[in-house]
Amino acid sequence: MSNQYVLFDTPGPRAKRITTLLNIVVALLVVGVLVWIYRALDAQGQMEAHLWWNAINVNAWVNYLLPGIQFTLQAAAIAVVSSVIFGLLFGFLRLAPVRALRWISMVIVEFFRAVPVLVLMVFLHFFFSQFMAAVIDPRNSAYYAVIVALTLYNGAVIAELVRSGVRSLPAGQREAALAVGMTTTGSLRNVEVPQALVAMLPSLVSQFVIILKDSALGYIIGFAELLRYSRQLGAGYGNIMQALVVAAVIFIVINYALVWLAQILSRRLSSRTSGDVAIGIPGVVQFAGDAPAEAETTDTRSQAIIAKEQREE
Amino acid sequence: MKTPWMKIAALGAAGALALSACSPSASEDAGAEAEGGGGGGGDTITVGIKYDQPGLGFREGNNPPTGFDVDVAKAVLAEMGYEEDQIEWVESPTPQRENMLENGQVDMIFATYSITEERDERVDFAGPYFMAGQDILVRSDEEDITQPEDLNGRNLCSVAGSTPAQNVRDMYADEVELVEQDGYSECLTFLQSGQVDAVTTDDIILAGLAATEEYAGQFKVVGNPFSEEPYGVGLPEGDTENCEAVNEAIQTLQENGTIDELLATNTEGVDYEANAELNDNIELVSCGE
Amino acid sequence: MEDILFLFEQYPIFEGFWTNIKLAFWSSISAFTLGVILALFRISPVRSLSWLSAAFINLVRNIPLTVLVVMAVLVFWGQLQISLHSDFNTNFFLLATIALSMYHAPFFAEAIRSGVNTVPLGQAEAARAIGLGFFSAARLIIIPQALRGAITPIGNTLIALIKNTTVAAAGSVLEASGVMRTMIEFNPNLMVAIFLIIAIGFSLIVIPVGLITTWLSEKLAVTR
Repeated sequence: MSNQYVLFDTPGPRAKRITTLLNIVVALLVVGVLVWIYRALDAQGQMEAHLWWNAINVNAWVNYLLPGIQFTLQAAAIAVVSSVIFGLLFGFLRLAPVRALRWISMVIVEFFRAVPVLVLMVFLHFFFSQFMAAVIDPRNSAYYAVIVALTLYNGAVIAELVRSGVRSLPAGQREAALAVGMTTTGSLRNVEVPQALVAMLPSLVSQFVIILKDSALGYIIGFAELLRYSRQLGAGYGNIMQALVVAAVIFIVINYALVWLAQILSRRLSSRTSGDVAIGIPGVVQFAGDAPAEAETTDTRSQAIIAKEQREE
Repeated sequence: MKTPWMKIAALGAAGALALSACSPSASEDAGAEAEGGGGGGGDTITVGIKYDQPGLGFREGNNPPTGFDVDVAKAVLAEMGYEEDQIEWVESPTPQRENMLENGQVDMIFATYSITEERDERVDFAGPYFMAGQDILVRSDEEDITQPEDLNGRNLCSVAGSTPAQNVRDMYADEVELVEQDGYSECLTFLQSGQVDAVTTDDIILAGLAATEEYAGQFKVVGNPFSEEPYGVGLPEGDTENCEAVNEAIQTLQENGTIDELLATNTEGVDYEANAELNDNIELVSCGE
Repeated sequence: MEDILFLFEQYPIFEGFWTNIKLAFWSSISAFTLGVILALFRISPVRSLSWLSAAFINLVRNIPLTVLVVMAVLVFWGQLQISLHSDFNTNFFLLATIALSMYHAPFFAEAIRSGVNTVPLGQAEAARAIGLGFFSAARLIIIPQALRGAITPIGNTLIALIKNTTVAAAGSVLEASGVMRTMIEFNPNLMVAIFLIIAIGFSLIVIPVGLITTWLSEKLAVTR
């Protein structure tokens, strides 16, 4: 709400009255719409207690939701770890002093960022079950396809985060490192990337949210994760709407917890780096050297001004 | 100075290893083993079934599986001298059935497994224990659909990439609106709400779906099958010994009426009768060819 | 080479991509419109509007797109019996468009909001100081600058949206990723070539959008 002050002047008595009136109208509208939705659902017989109960009772949790949550979290967690490794490696290569290395890594990173994750997933699923059957149990090929596809895509995004993180550090950091006799790679490894990494941590957590959401794509290639399990639950008990709503709520709760963690992290970490500690918008890929970093700085500036104004009041 | 990097690498590697150790099938196997362990001595036999086909092969988590295929498997194995706790159930989804027999992941498969020439090249079949046929499921109050030709201009649901839907389109009704879903259960929810008018696949699968508690009494199978699907027992190539034993057991179960009984209990509450003409004189395949 | 030509003859590759482009076109228009409304609500001084918008944004962007698409077909159409068109293909296309628009609107809203945030407070103060009212200040001073600041995040959201049109496959829409699936199923020996065809196809759509975004944001950058 910091930007109220950019677009809107401080409200006077008349504006305040209009605002209050609008608040009441909006509240009534929202309540009205909710009641209408409830009635429409009720008329369809979707509000019957047993339908909802079957989606949240012990049987649903033990046989469907918990295994679903387990595999969703498991696939996402492995993908996060491996994409960080991939991202660091390629982030490094993107900054390497050898031009050929920079070029090759750039092509790889750009390729995986341009291809839709689902396309990658479908391909890997077939590839694993066709050519890697000796190594990977065919029953697991969807699971591994999800992990590898998420790793390649998010690893490429993280590589860009690393690169832009290093670029956004004050030049003094690098100059100081060189001045005390470090080599360029030494400075990268010991001074720049660690700081960029600390600055990136909150964005990495938002990346976890993206990975978690994208793991639901595995549903399309038959990976038994939360969405697939809840759809099975719904199909088996004739309460598909209720089961899917429960799945959506679970996703929201998990992601909310992660975003909350990201906010705490960004507050804790801002003292440990000279880079910008900013939370990216979960779900939107941040391209190198983007406006958002700039946006966040103005945001904090205007927030500071508002905070000052409020103190003065 | 290098320690933070080493830490990250070590942590990552350890985490990845620890987590990938419990892949989906690993946990499934663990469950199956824990169950098999309760049997106490004696050989166990691994049987592949469907886990997601109510009325034929259906299983929730580690609960005991249910359905016609499961019951037939139990009866056949009882004839062959196996106790129920010696049977280890494994899920065998349609695209992986041949693979699982070839890799030795299962000893036999009872999973709506139609005997076809193509499949017979890779695996052996015993049976058939049941003759299914492609049919149409409609709402109980539907009067206008009695044969596939009646589907013109109506809405049909079937499973993505399945031959049944294509069959109808190519051979009987080219003006049908077709929606494809991942499973027949989803099709039933559409049929129930009225968004589609018919669901098509093997009659026994339709009957099994319609017999589930949630839908009992709402649907009927048209009862005009337009294909022949002999359901066999899948066995690894060259397993003549088991093939003969299974055939013998099926013969007995057909003669004493057990199979009819099992069929009746698993399709209770649905207006459905198996195709009598085909099922009265099932000719068993000869083993070891 | 002959095999690849055969693929193009046998399978609707171009039709598949055309579906993705149509999906992206319609859903980006409606998602952007919804995003503008959400952003306006979000930054308005009316608390309830701001909360309403925040609630929508926070709910929708924490749900996987796949869940939304599946819900559109299984719940919206299948259970609540809301048909948008009697022709199944059009119907599912429209449902997928709605799901895609709902999902991306919060991202457009955030992009616009971050654009508004790039406008320094002094600009608004100066506008008021020379006597401009709310609408003239917004039209002449704030929005032109805000839009320029928002170009990059809007471009990124657009790219994400284009790639996400593949998720419509979960909603019974036949698009490029579905065509790829069928092709691989029947021609497993050409798997890698098929993947590359589809991957390059998407790159050809996505990369120009990225380049235009960068070019626009550089050309229109506000020097401060």
